Amino acid sequence: MTHKQKKMLLRIMIALAFYGIALVLPVEGWQRTAVFLLPYAIVGWDVLWKAVRNIVKGQVFDENFLMSLATVGAFVLGEYPEAVAVILFYQIGEFFQNYAVARSRKSIAALMDIRPDYANIEKDGTLLQVSPEEVGIGDVIVVKAGERIPLDGVILEGTSAVDTSALTGESLPTDVKSGDTLMSGTINLSGILRVKVTKEFGESTVAKILELVENAGNKKAKTENFITRFSRYYTPIVVISAVALAVIPPLLFHGLWSDWVHRALIFLVISCPCALVISIPLSFFGGIGGASKQGILVKGGNYLEALSKAEIVVFDKTGTLTKGVFQVTAIHPEMISEDELLEIGALAENYSSHPISLSLRNAYAKKPEETRIKNVEEISGYGVKCIIDGKKVLVGNSKLMESAHIPWRDCSHFGTIVHIAVEQEYAGHIVISDAVKDDAAKTIQDLKAKGVKKTVMLTGDRKAVGENIAERLGIDLVKTELLPGDKVAAVEELLGEVSEKGKLLFLGDGINDAPVLIVADIGIAMGGLGSDAAVEAADVVLMDDAPSKIVTAMGISQKTMRIVKQNIIFALGVKFAILFLGALGLANMWEAVFADVGVSVIAILNAMRCLHFKN
Amino acid sequence: MKKTYKMEDLDCANCAAKMENAIKKIEGVNDASVSFMMQKLTLDVAEDSLEEVLKKAKKICKKIEPDCRILG
Repeated sequence: MTHKQKKMLLRIMIALAFYGIALVLPVEGWQRTAVFLLPYAIVGWDVLWKAVRNIVKGQVFDENFLMSLATVGAFVLGEYPEAVAVILFYQIGEFFQNYAVARSRKSIAALMDIRPDYANIEKDGTLLQVSPEEVGIGDVIVVKAGERIPLDGVILEGTSAVDTSALTGESLPTDVKSGDTLMSGTINLSGILRVKVTKEFGESTVAKILELVENAGNKKAKTENFITRFSRYYTPIVVISAVALAVIPPLLFHGLWSDWVHRALIFLVISCPCALVISIPLSFFGGIGGASKQGILVKGGNYLEALSKAEIVVFDKTGTLTKGVFQVTAIHPEMISEDELLEIGALAENYSSHPISLSLRNAYAKKPEETRIKNVEEISGYGVKCIIDGKKVLVGNSKLMESAHIPWRDCSHFGTIVHIAVEQEYAGHIVISDAVKDDAAKTIQDLKAKGVKKTVMLTGDRKAVGENIAERLGIDLVKTELLPGDKVAAVEELLGEVSEKGKLLFLGDGINDAPVLIVADIGIAMGGLGSDAAVEAADVVLMDDAPSKIVTAMGISQKTMRIVKQNIIFALGVKFAILFLGALGLANMWEAVFADVGVSVIAILNAMRCLHFKN
Repeated sequence: MKKTYKMEDLDCANCAAKMENAIKKIEGVNDASVSFMMQKLTLDVAEDSLEEVLKKAKKICKKIEPDCRILG
């Protein structure tokens, strides 16, 4: 609590005590006025003061003024307990609002507490602590265990595990070794790392994230703007109705002045749209904060709102739904074990730099004993011929098998098939393909469950490959053999299919798809802040490579929108109900205080739920 | 040109909305946004009228919430 808040709390407590005493003291007449005026003055003097100051400046619909008018009016009517209660609860409500808003500001700031304080720079054999802004490209910094990595760079020396959860939401640490790149803002967990800086602080990952999140508040959601517009009319209309209510019935219909003025005062108490004006922006703010905790950077409330209405989700293929790297996806041996077959393949391809050879060696994972391999001969367009453990081995495509008159077996699996023969005998084949990401199929399913009507995949890849992947993932529509320009056209065509309220999402890995990111209603770039063009063009940036984050993003968005709707319906419902009852003379001041302060507090508490999201 | 200013003691969300509306109406302002949560004012104005606009914005801010200040 700040000093200001503590002082306010003390005033509220003292006023509450005096109010309690005033309620039970058996005094009458001017003494009764005095005992109620005391707590009123203690807790409400600043409201009265602000009211006077603002009315001088012409702020008629100022809430301080309206509250003062309502309470002074109640005093005049002799409703002392009500008058004090209104101002007391109004201040309690204000106090709580300040406290809640400050707290959620702080918890979002804590989420975003990724700014590094210092960098250790090596100078003449000693370590100096300097501010990250002072470090230049090419400088070598040292990051000790437990420290935040201050700048983007490449590891020169050392191995460690890095905690990236503040950036990506991924709780498992990533192992790093020399040669790996590091993102600033992550935390070095174990070893000492010597890092060569590759970007200045202003350009680094951490600076960009902070900038994105800080600017997110500038783009307001439609609902937020609606509330702002609504509140511009709400207060004047309620106040004018109050005046009409106080004046017209007594003048025209011989109503009792005190009765109708009392009803009018109830109107004044409910005249502030505070509950909505605070809780709606707070919801969006919380939603954006909660999303960034999961490694989803949403650039504005408008995008968070639009995410909930996703109707068509368009994916790029390579790097988005697939890993973009070739991998062994199946091993089908004949007579020998899978491991043996893979070993033969990896050994034979040991000296080749072809991507396929690389994926075989990666799958083998062990260091090949080069002494076992002899007479390696690469036949371009066919494969490799060599001697392993004294046996003649052929590793290559079907043409290689045919040229050696070895009968081979076709495979139902999709991808590049590497056949292997040992001593003129067919030993089996290994399938290599661009592997689908582990969470891709589930992402498509979950999107359907979240109300997405159509999923589309765009790819520059061959028809057969694209259709095969789309079918496996359960994607509704696939467009293949597209040039980058064709993707924009394809998305534009799909935009025509989206209903008036629905939105089209595009998810790409950010490589070469900036134009598509712009065309889509919501462009989502994944894989962090790699490409500047993509980060600039995208409306949402996913810090890691998992397409399933789009489901999380939609979940957060839908939860936020649900809370926003609840608050609008609840706040307006209660306010209009009490206004209606008040006009009929069926509501009293207590109910009015609830409709004002109580509703605000409940709406704020509800809005604070937006900060937390569980998958 | 876009410029962001920090605001101090902006305590009332309704006031923030009022300020935003009023600042948007200043001549030379393309767009303006007052973020109650971030305590920030973002102005989108032509560069040569920035100083003039900021002065008027500060005045509006004072009028609506006397305790609140635009820094910078």
